[in-house]
Amino acid sequence: MSRIDLVDLAHSYGGNSADESTYALKPISMTWRQGGAYALLGPSGCGKTTLLNLISGIIAPSRGKILFDGKDVTPLSTQKRNIAQVFQFPVIYDTMTVGQNLAFPLKNRGVPRRDIEVRVSEIAHLLDLTPHLNRKATRLTADAKQKISLGRGLVRSDVAAVLFDEPLTVIDPELKWQLRSKLKALHLELDLTMIYVTHDQTEALTFADTVVVMHDGRVVQSGTPAELFEKPAHTFVGYFIGSPGMNIMPAEVKGREARVNGRVISLKRSYDSLPAGAKIEIGVRPEFVDIAKPAPDLLAAQIERIDDLGRMRFARVRVGDVKFAARLRESFSSTDGKCGLIFDAAHVHVYADSRLVEGTP
Amino acid sequence: MSVTLEHVTRAVDGMETIRDVSLTLERGTLAVLLGPTLSGKTSIMRLLAGLDKPTTGRVLVDGKDVSGIDVRRRSVAMVYQQFINYPSLTVYENIASPLRVQGKPREEIEKRVAEAAKLLRLEPYLKRTPLQLSGGQQQRTAIARALVKGADLVLLDEPLANLDYKLREELRAELPRIFEASGAIFVYATTEPSEALLLGGRTVCMWEGKALQNGDTSKVYRHPETLRVAQVFSDPPLNLVGIEKKNGSVRYAGGVEAPATGLYQKIGDGAYRVGFRAHQLEIGKGVPGRHAFPATVSITEITGSESFVHLKRDSVNWVAVLHGVHEFEPGQTLDAVLDPDNIFVFDAADRLVASPGSM
Repeated sequence: MSRIDLVDLAHSYGGNSADESTYALKPISMTWRQGGAYALLGPSGCGKTTLLNLISGIIAPSRGKILFDGKDVTPLSTQKRNIAQVFQFPVIYDTMTVGQNLAFPLKNRGVPRRDIEVRVSEIAHLLDLTPHLNRKATRLTADAKQKISLGRGLVRSDVAAVLFDEPLTVIDPELKWQLRSKLKALHLELDLTMIYVTHDQTEALTFADTVVVMHDGRVVQSGTPAELFEKPAHTFVGYFIGSPGMNIMPAEVKGREARVNGRVISLKRSYDSLPAGAKIEIGVRPEFVDIAKPAPDLLAAQIERIDDLGRMRFARVRVGDVKFAARLRESFSSTDGKCGLIFDAAHVHVYADSRLVEGTP
Repeated sequence: MSVTLEHVTRAVDGMETIRDVSLTLERGTLAVLLGPTLSGKTSIMRLLAGLDKPTTGRVLVDGKDVSGIDVRRRSVAMVYQQFINYPSLTVYENIASPLRVQGKPREEIEKRVAEAAKLLRLEPYLKRTPLQLSGGQQQRTAIARALVKGADLVLLDEPLANLDYKLREELRAELPRIFEASGAIFVYATTEPSEALLLGGRTVCMWEGKALQNGDTSKVYRHPETLRVAQVFSDPPLNLVGIEKKNGSVRYAGGVEAPATGLYQKIGDGAYRVGFRAHQLEIGKGVPGRHAFPATVSITEITGSESFVHLKRDSVNWVAVLHGVHEFEPGQTLDAVLDPDNIFVFDAADRLVASPGSM
């Protein structure tokens, strides 16, 4: 287990290009705590896999350094960095038993047989693989095979970090629930630094203590799931986290008021020195907007569709040209779809050129 | 037009992949095939498409048996999980390809490609080749090609499974509109309950090659006829507890006894299993009339808008979902609370005997 520092790390697949805007990973400096559970979250092409491959040593950075516990490992191979990896598809040996598969990374490193037995039985127990230890891996389902892959990634206690690259993509929803909470429990149990790459917000938010959101080669925010949800630092985070994502619309902001379509929305904080010429928007999550009967002092909207998710309903509404989502209470009904929006002022944020503005109390 | 499967069974090497499925699909409707991997969703699609023949039973199109008719003579389009496009052709040519094969005149091709591109928001990308597109754009190209063909039957086999979460969300929101505009029969396979709910239409719940229940999506969700249907149609997984009703009270497995109020009034004495989805389980509110169970927190998963609390009670795992951010410590004990009006009760044969709103 190690602390990992990234120092001015950047990568361009086109060699050492002078134009930073074309970098797959723009320069970043950050620290990954020893024993932390991290998720790297973002859409395809955001640079998350590039960053993971730089940490594991599969690719060498165009510039910058990677330190494990203060020691520069940038020139070292994956093996020398002492990293365990779990990939999207199971990587196991069909001819070996489940137990032999789990033992393989330890055997390879010359761990004494007795220690291997103890560790393999511990990991097998945590992953509910104990009954299968003596079975050949070849006839197992894809799910079971991926469980073995997870076990192999976790079996060594001396690794600097365990890296997961979309490990649950091929798993059915029900088992996904089990494995996700299992991974989280394993993290609490094993004290390993874990980095989990995914484009699935639910997987990222439920697994990690710290979620690192990437967009266009940059880290746009790094924080706890609650921070990302309640206070997105960038409109992209607002959009990407949450389903539906945050509502974002252009507004005129002055002091404690935002003006949208001629209606005033009150703000909790005061915004007096917004940068001149910047694109000003307000952002509010659907969970913090209520739908009510139309009233003169409410922002008027038209309901276009209702998404019934079983445990909750969201109304898709239109405010002028802007599409908007809002949580719909069981009690609300409307015949013509006309409604008014009520905003929870504490959760209306102001953005200048897509970045959160703090405002003053 | 309509397509019917009539007591269709299909066996491969003596193993039955589809067991006695009967199903009718009407023009202009959407049917979701919901079930886990290997439940028979793809097999059903291949039978509908005519790629496979039933071992017993018949496939009827507009009442006529087509079990033996060559697939090339049927009007079918298919979209797979792994999107397939011609890498050397532009997006325009990819979409146009089925029309070129059909030998349509140029003006018609232009018109129909333009329509499909507009529907799938592909207009800006028509001159690019698939490799210059994101995964979502490539899959939209594959869907556009399936639509432009004008097939009577469009089969979509987990078309969004390989896409990014956000793209999935966006396409899912667009699909019902696309289905409505086209008027064909759509069949959509998925493993995800939330996808079925968002798409609406009707849902066929699949399990081990059988069509367990077939009906209006919201009805199947709210009144699953069997325990298995409730399980297939629950994400997070359905929570379960055994009960015994006797002399006006219910005794829960693991030892909580309570008066048989709410839906328990509707059932006779005997042993049952009670199922409840994560949002039907509350935490720590001792409201009179509710049934409380001491439980231990194993882990809390927080997404921001919701918190999933994994609980252990009497060696059984339950999941509760709460709105907003709620942190609980692993090992902490608390009360899991059930509303006897908001549960599903299944009899010894796993058939639904009571559900919310079924009074």
